[in-house]
Amino acid sequence: MKLRRDPFQAIADPTRRAILVLLASQTMTAGAIANNFDVARPTISKHIQILNECDLIDSNQQGREIFYELKVDKMKEIDQWLDQFRKIWENRFNSLDNLLNKLKNK
Amino acid sequence: MSNTTFTANGNVLTVERAFNAPLDLVWRTWTEAELLDQWWAPEPWKSETSHMDFKEGGHRLYAMVGPEGEKHIARTNYFSIDIHKQFSGEDAFCDQEGNVNPEMPVSTFNNQFDETGESTFVTVVSEYVSEEHLQQVIEMGMKEGLTMAFENLDSVLKKLNP
Repeated sequence: MKLRRDPFQAIADPTRRAILVLLASQTMTAGAIANNFDVARPTISKHIQILNECDLIDSNQQGREIFYELKVDKMKEIDQWLDQFRKIWENRFNSLDNLLNKLKNK
Repeated sequence: MSNTTFTANGNVLTVERAFNAPLDLVWRTWTEAELLDQWWAPEPWKSETSHMDFKEGGHRLYAMVGPEGEKHIARTNYFSIDIHKQFSGEDAFCDQEGNVNPEMPVSTFNNQFDETGESTFVTVVSEYVSEEHLQQVIEMGMKEGLTMAFENLDSVLKKLNP
């Protein structure tokens, strides 16, 4: 299993997560993304740049505008990671179920 | 078997689960070293507690021992204890001598226990210093191969508890 730190740093920021949620439903320009936030536009541009560098979003030039879109495969990879963490807890709790059953029958 | 609810929100991780056992029994499995060691480590790892003083201001020192004999030492400090209701504290990683490693993430937790009829509902809320730390822990879970045996979990459990 390959480990890449970058995507996790990208999603560790709430603004960047919100941008990903926006892009989940449609492709958008940087301006359209920025309109959804109360922060300065250069700040949003910086977030978009980080997401792009982490390979979570793609940019497409259409005429004079650049549209951003979510890279769905990459997001799935992250979801699988969180799923692994969930499995650790479930594995642990399954053992606890067995232990509790043993103790109850004592 | 019950469903585990898992929510990650920023730097806070919440895990909720019902156990089909009375509250006093569930409480013991979370607070007595010899019982904790039987379930705390996910397969195929083992938990080995070397010291446990379950009281406010007390701590537990334990090793997570891997299938190749590799050891990770961890320490839990207990802050508040309200018997059969909740206990809180912090989890830290240590070096091989048991000293807390300041470069590794420390998380605080609050474990709450509620009896509902025949079962006991447990809520674990873990808070990390930062979201980066939470992600680091998720990555370590993978790196240490904790999930290796999940595919065969059912058969393993059947063997342990025929």
